[in-house]
Amino acid sequence: MTESSHISVRNLSVHFVLGRQLFGKPPVVRAVDEVSLEIPKGSFFGLVGESGSGKTTLGRAILRAAPITSGQILYRDDEVEYDLSNIAKEQLKDYRQRAQLIFQDPYAALSPRMTVRDIIAEPLEVMGITNTRAETDDRVREIASKCRLNLEHLRRFPHAFSGGQRQRISIARALVCSPRFVVADESVAALDVSIQADILNLLESLRGELMNTFLFISHDLRVVAHICDTVAVMYLGTLVESAPTRSLFSNPSHPYTKALLSAIPSLDPDVRGKAQKLEGEIPSPVTPPSGCKFHTRCSLAEERCRSEAPLWRELSEGHSVACHFA
Amino acid sequence: MTLLTVENLDLKFDTDEGRITAVDNVSFELNSGEVLGLVGESGSGKSVTAKSLMHLNPSNAVYGAGSEIYLELERDVVDVLSLKSSRELKIVRGGAISMIFQEPMASFAPAITIGAQMVEQLLIHSSLSKKEAAELSVEMLDRVGISEARHRFYQYAFELSGGMRQRAMIAMALSTKPKVLIADEPTTALDVTIQAQVLDLMKELVAEFGMAILFITHDLSVIAQTADRVAVMYLGRILETGTVRQVIQTPAHPYTQGLLNSLPKLDALDEPLTPIAGDIPSPLERPPGCVFHTRCPKAKPGVCDQSIPDLFPIDSGHTAACFALTQEWSDIDQKRTA
Amino acid sequence: MGFLSKAKPTETDQVLKEAYFTASQAQLIRARYKSNRTAMVAGWVLTMMILVGFFSEFLSPYAPTMAGRDKQYENGPPQMPKFWDENGFSLQPFIYGTSRERSIKTNFRWVITVDREDRRYLRFFVEGWQYSYIDLKWNLPGEAFDIDFTTLTFSTHLFGADKGGVHLFGTDASGKDIFSRTLRAIFTSLKCGALGVFIAFVLALVIGGISGFYGGWIDSILQMITDAIRTVPPLPLFMALAAFLPQEWSAEAVFFIISSILGLIGWPTLARRIRTHLLSERSQEYVLAAELCGASPSHIIRRHLLPSFTSYIIVDLMITFPYMVRLETALSFIGLGLIDPVSSLGSMMQNVSKADVLLNYQWYFIPVLFFIAFVLAFVFVGDGLRDAADPYTRAKK
Repeated sequence: MTESSHISVRNLSVHFVLGRQLFGKPPVVRAVDEVSLEIPKGSFFGLVGESGSGKTTLGRAILRAAPITSGQILYRDDEVEYDLSNIAKEQLKDYRQRAQLIFQDPYAALSPRMTVRDIIAEPLEVMGITNTRAETDDRVREIASKCRLNLEHLRRFPHAFSGGQRQRISIARALVCSPRFVVADESVAALDVSIQADILNLLESLRGELMNTFLFISHDLRVVAHICDTVAVMYLGTLVESAPTRSLFSNPSHPYTKALLSAIPSLDPDVRGKAQKLEGEIPSPVTPPSGCKFHTRCSLAEERCRSEAPLWRELSEGHSVACHFA
Repeated sequence: MTLLTVENLDLKFDTDEGRITAVDNVSFELNSGEVLGLVGESGSGKSVTAKSLMHLNPSNAVYGAGSEIYLELERDVVDVLSLKSSRELKIVRGGAISMIFQEPMASFAPAITIGAQMVEQLLIHSSLSKKEAAELSVEMLDRVGISEARHRFYQYAFELSGGMRQRAMIAMALSTKPKVLIADEPTTALDVTIQAQVLDLMKELVAEFGMAILFITHDLSVIAQTADRVAVMYLGRILETGTVRQVIQTPAHPYTQGLLNSLPKLDALDEPLTPIAGDIPSPLERPPGCVFHTRCPKAKPGVCDQSIPDLFPIDSGHTAACFALTQEWSDIDQKRTA
Repeated sequence: MGFLSKAKPTETDQVLKEAYFTASQAQLIRARYKSNRTAMVAGWVLTMMILVGFFSEFLSPYAPTMAGRDKQYENGPPQMPKFWDENGFSLQPFIYGTSRERSIKTNFRWVITVDREDRRYLRFFVEGWQYSYIDLKWNLPGEAFDIDFTTLTFSTHLFGADKGGVHLFGTDASGKDIFSRTLRAIFTSLKCGALGVFIAFVLALVIGGISGFYGGWIDSILQMITDAIRTVPPLPLFMALAAFLPQEWSAEAVFFIISSILGLIGWPTLARRIRTHLLSERSQEYVLAAELCGASPSHIIRRHLLPSFTSYIIVDLMITFPYMVRLETALSFIGLGLIDPVSSLGSMMQNVSKADVLLNYQWYFIPVLFFIAFVLAFVFVGDGLRDAADPYTRAKK
């Protein structure tokens, strides 16, 4: 594990068994399949993919909110080092304070029966971080003003707020216990465009102030491009490419990354019809293609791609790819 | 030729919390062979406007007195808002006007096969026999790029992937050969690679069938790639209209400008994102005067919070509802600086 | 603001909005409930009936038991108090005196004749028979369990006649005042229903709660047990149990056992509902958020799950109540539950099924009207609560 890594994922697999079958083995969804990556400390790490890519599952596995089938996840900061795949209960409790999640849906993530102050204070109370009510209130007010919430609104209930404001409450709740590692799972996907920029700016400013590491999961490459310094692309449970943002966008190596980038509609009406379209549908994660999972839709696919899964290779500084042709 | 004319559409809803204005004095035209993009965020009223075209709004909707929607068919002109019986309404619901939705899983009945639903739709709107309807449906499924169309005809909605379901919905909507297709956020729920495929398909179909599409979305880049003309809506009002080049490359209204500035752009990764200040007001707290003035960087107190701006012409076909574009505004500015 | 403006019409707009924003769930539910007129009316009816039942002894001029029967007025028709008749106006309400005779002409049935000249004035706050608010005379099986404790004894009643009897709803075959019996019956049904609901609720909460919270195989097993009990038909079960009840048990003991059995039969439905609520709440994202903070199950239950389903459970309880009352009434009607001389709506209706009564003594049906009103009130209140209970589904995007 590299010194500067906050999270180290090694050959992680998360498989879900679907139901039971009378004969034979039940179908298994290979949500995450042998994924390895390193998330550097203090970075804003982007994880992109379409549906079925496994990005959300990976994020949840890192937070121990999804079961680990095989592989390892190591967490390391300047105080502790945990093997999340094999962690004791006491250590898990401590880990919870160090790693938090910002949810996607601002409408479902806040309990409608609690005041905003109580919602933000809940992690402090559950984890026993503060001892008196005054202390809790102070912390709540501090993080609320950092998230640019009106302090007078703390006694209101969630139904009084708009989507963007609720997301800020969600962020405040995730950050109130000062976690070192934060997973933002599609945190701006449900917001209006004009609000998205606001929340993204907020996350950037918070990261600067609080110096945490962010794992930003999204399906929207444009958002990831602006805010992340490293981006990893997933397809059907495997990692296909990972690079510093500039590198990835100026020099994509994997055919899927290239297709993903060209599929993004451009704001320029004059560049119509110039994109190369990706044919076919995303295969089901229950029966993924053999060899390289992308071969069914890849324009470069050969016999080798059908039979042999490509290895993860480093092309240049920090830029790695899993493709036979890279 | 003009297919659809909407004039002074005014729509309010009677709810527990009072009378909410959803659409305020909206007017636009839809011509055949053209894609009109209706862009707006939540609360902009774009979906409600679309539903009005099919007279599909719930019973607590109150239309304003001057609201008119005219649909021009070959032989006569239909006044949509005055249609009452289900026989009359058939024309605008699936007949001359068809609609596709954001969530295809929600619009296909889960317990009936796709083919059965398509045939049912055809039987209602045309005089085809069941067999002919089935043949046409398979043809349409094939035309929209669904492989093994005949096999898919007998499948259920949950057996198809998201992209395929959306194509099937397009097939179903187009099988009645409508003049106007309303697409309400059709690609928002799709993966970006699938979205690209579906958008291409829609453009081909417009060219082939010669119909008009009202494309509703919040995504300006999708509009840039698909639409011919654009109308930008905010809190029930149209703030800017024009060709897609005019609005996106030379936006005139501060809202449009703000919207474009707040979008993360792949070719300008180093520039900071500039969001529009403030929050979208709740429909219960509709700002007086110009609906955008509470968040507008150019707002002038005494002007923008007092009166509602009309759509002022900027260029041929390009209009925007902003006092800053008028002569009086620059006069006031000059007086101030003088 | 629609529903809030009815509450405080003089407040300014901003204060109203702030009130809406800071309204807790309970307040929102109350506001929504208030805007439902049927539910409000039903609520008042229900409150009235509960109060009437509670103060039944004060309001009844006669004891509802054999001790209070009027031997002179058996099977007598209802006597309406009047303020005015051909003899003039009177500020004090009065009824007429009656006399009765029987002869071969009337088939030896007592026929009551009303004497319009004989005015009997009603007096208020009269002294009458004694009653106690806390009167525990439990004769339970086994000498050690007998309790005899009486306190809060009064003997004032709301009204009574200065001479003779006043029977607002008439009397039954043995002279017992139907008005008094009806009032007492309301109270008995309320008590019985409440006890049954309470027992059902406790059982349902524990079993449904464990089932819903833990899921998995615990859930499967408990659900199988719940379904098994639910399929048992209540009436045959009761008949079997009634055969086992010893005759010498006092009315109160029987009452207790009947209520308990009602509870034991009623819990599966309630348990299933609690489990469903819990399962859906469990998968809410804010519960996951709490779990990710390391919240213990008891914290999650206390802070998130319980408040969320409290409103549903209150609705469920309200709806279960009339079922309990109906079941008890049905049992008493067929003679298996509380029987004469205990007044319950069911036992009173037992007498109604004779042809003699249908033809001649129609006032026996008056308790039936009360029973219908009683059940309907509960049903409307329950419905109103259910409609009001979920203020959040509409407030979403």
